[in-house]
Amino acid sequence: MNNLQKNKLIDNAFKTIGILFTYLGILILAILLYKIIAAGSSRINWDFLTSLPSRKPEKAGIYTAILGTLDLMMLTIIISIPIGIGAGIYLEEYAKKTKLTTLLEINIANLAGVPSIIYGLLGLGIFVRFFNFGGSILSGALTLSLLILPIIIVATREAIKAVPSSLKEASFALGATKWQTIQKVVLPSSFGGILTGIILAMSRAIGETAPLIVVGAMAYVPFVPHSVFDTFSVLPMQIFTWTTRPKAGFAIAASGAIIILLILTFVMNGVAVYFRNKWQKKLGN
Amino acid sequence: MTTTTKNRKIEKIPQENILDNASKISIKEMDIWYGAFHAIKEVSMKINPNTVTAFIGPSGCGKSTFLRLFNRMNDYIESFHFDGKIKIDGKNIYGKKTNIEELRKKVGMVFQKPNPFPKSIFENVAYGLRIQGIKDKKIIAERVENSLKQVALWEEVKNDLKKSALALSGGQQQRLCIARTLAVQPSVILMDEPTSALDPISTASIEDLIFKLKEKYTIIIVTHNMQQASRISDYTAFFYMGNLVEYNKTELIFTKPEKKQTENYISGKFG
Repeated sequence: MNNLQKNKLIDNAFKTIGILFTYLGILILAILLYKIIAAGSSRINWDFLTSLPSRKPEKAGIYTAILGTLDLMMLTIIISIPIGIGAGIYLEEYAKKTKLTTLLEINIANLAGVPSIIYGLLGLGIFVRFFNFGGSILSGALTLSLLILPIIIVATREAIKAVPSSLKEASFALGATKWQTIQKVVLPSSFGGILTGIILAMSRAIGETAPLIVVGAMAYVPFVPHSVFDTFSVLPMQIFTWTTRPKAGFAIAASGAIIILLILTFVMNGVAVYFRNKWQKKLGN
Repeated sequence: MTTTTKNRKIEKIPQENILDNASKISIKEMDIWYGAFHAIKEVSMKINPNTVTAFIGPSGCGKSTFLRLFNRMNDYIESFHFDGKIKIDGKNIYGKKTNIEELRKKVGMVFQKPNPFPKSIFENVAYGLRIQGIKDKKIIAERVENSLKQVALWEEVKNDLKKSALALSGGQQQRLCIARTLAVQPSVILMDEPTSALDPISTASIEDLIFKLKEKYTIIIVTHNMQQASRISDYTAFFYMGNLVEYNKTELIFTKPEKKQTENYISGKFG
C-alpha cells in the first residue's frame, strides 16, 4: 500500500467515525424522546394542563407549575437582559483596559462555569434572607438572573466584537457620539449574536432546579401566583418531586410534565430563532 | 538626531509662494507618535479652500495618520499623542472647547474600503441627519436626493432606495459613502485612498466626482496612485518616513520636483 492509498484510507476512516459519533448523539436523544413520549403522552390532555397538583397521581396537573415557569422566565428576562447587555456594552465599548477590567472579564467568564447550586445558596443568603423577599418568584428570578448574566454578558461582548470597526468609524466620521453609534450601528449589527446568547441563557434557566430548591420553590402550590412576592413552583421542580414519589402514576405524570417542558423550551427557542433570522434578513446579510 | 534636524532645514518649503488666498487648514510644527514610534515629524502646511490636495508617498510614510488628525479619528488609538497646532477655519480643533461631533460634521471622511451601514440606501444617506436630530421627513428626503444626485447615483438607485446598501456594487457603495458624507454638509472632505478597492471604471467615476466637488468643498485625498494625484489634485504633498518632503502645485511636483527624493518616487525608482 503506498502513501497515497494510506492517506485516503485514514481520511475515510475519520469521516466514518465522525458520522458515527454524530448519529450516536442523535440516536440517544431520539431514544430518550421516544421513551418519554411513550410513557407520558397518555397523560397529556387539557385537564393535565389546567389541574392543580394533587396527592392522587391520576388527578394531578401542572397548572401552577406551568404558570410558575412562565412567570419566572418572564421576570428573569426582564431583569437579566438589560443588565447583561448593558454590562457587555460597557466592557466592550466604554471600559478602558486596566487591571481591574481584565480581572472583571476573567471572572465573568469563570462565573459562567460556577455550579448552579452555588447561585442558589447566594440567592438564599441575599434575596431570601437579607432582602427578605422570602421564597418568592422575585427571589427565584433574581437568582436565575445571576446564573445567566455571565452567559448574556459574554455573548453580548462577542457579538459586539464581531461588528467591523469600519462601520463604527463611518458613524463617528459622520459626527455621531459613542452612544448614537452603539444604538444605531453596533447593536443592530450584533443583535443576532446577542439573541443567540439570550436563547442559550434562557434554555439553561428554564431547566434549572437546584438553585430554585435552595431559594424555596415549592413542590406543592395549590394556587396561581398573583404577585412577584408569592411562592411558586416550576416545571423542573414538579418533575423532580413526582419522580421521587413511590406511586407509579406519578412517574407517568412526570413524563407528561417533561414533554410539556420540552415543548415550552422548543417554542421559546423557536420564537427567538425566528426573530433572529428575520432580523438578519432585514440587515441584508 | 543631528541628521534629521539638518534634513528638516533643507526641506522647508516657502509656503507663501504657493498659497494665494486665505488658508482653510493650517498646521504648524506637527509631530505625531504612536507609543514610541514617531509617525509624523514636525510637519507644517497650509491648505487652500476649494482645492484638491493629494498626499502621496510610500506605505507607512505617515500620510493616512496625518489625514486622520484633521477629523480627530486618531483619538481612538490609545498610544496616539501629538505635539503641534492644527487649525481649521482659524479654530484650534484640539482645543479644550472643541466639540468633536461638531468638528466631524464640518470635516467629513471617506474611507479606503466602502463601508456602507447594513441599512437601506436611503437610511445610509439619512444617517448623519438623523443623528443630528433632524426629524422633518421633507428635509431629510430632499437632502438624501440632493446628495445622491451630487454623486451621480440618483438615477441608478432612485427606485431602490429601500433596498439594502450592501446589494450595490463596490463603486456604487463608495459613491453612496461619499453621498452620506455630503448629506451632513461638510466644508472639508478627507479621502483615505477612496479608490484603492475599486475597478478602473468606478475609479474614473469617483475621480470625476472629486473634480466637481471641489467647487464647494476642500478636499484632501491620500492616494497610492500617482497618476490619480496628477489627474485630480491642485496641490500635492509628498511624505517620506514621516517627513513632508515636498509640497507644491501638482503640476510643478510632477514636472519640476525640487527634491531628488520626490523625483525618484514619482518616476517609480522606489516606493
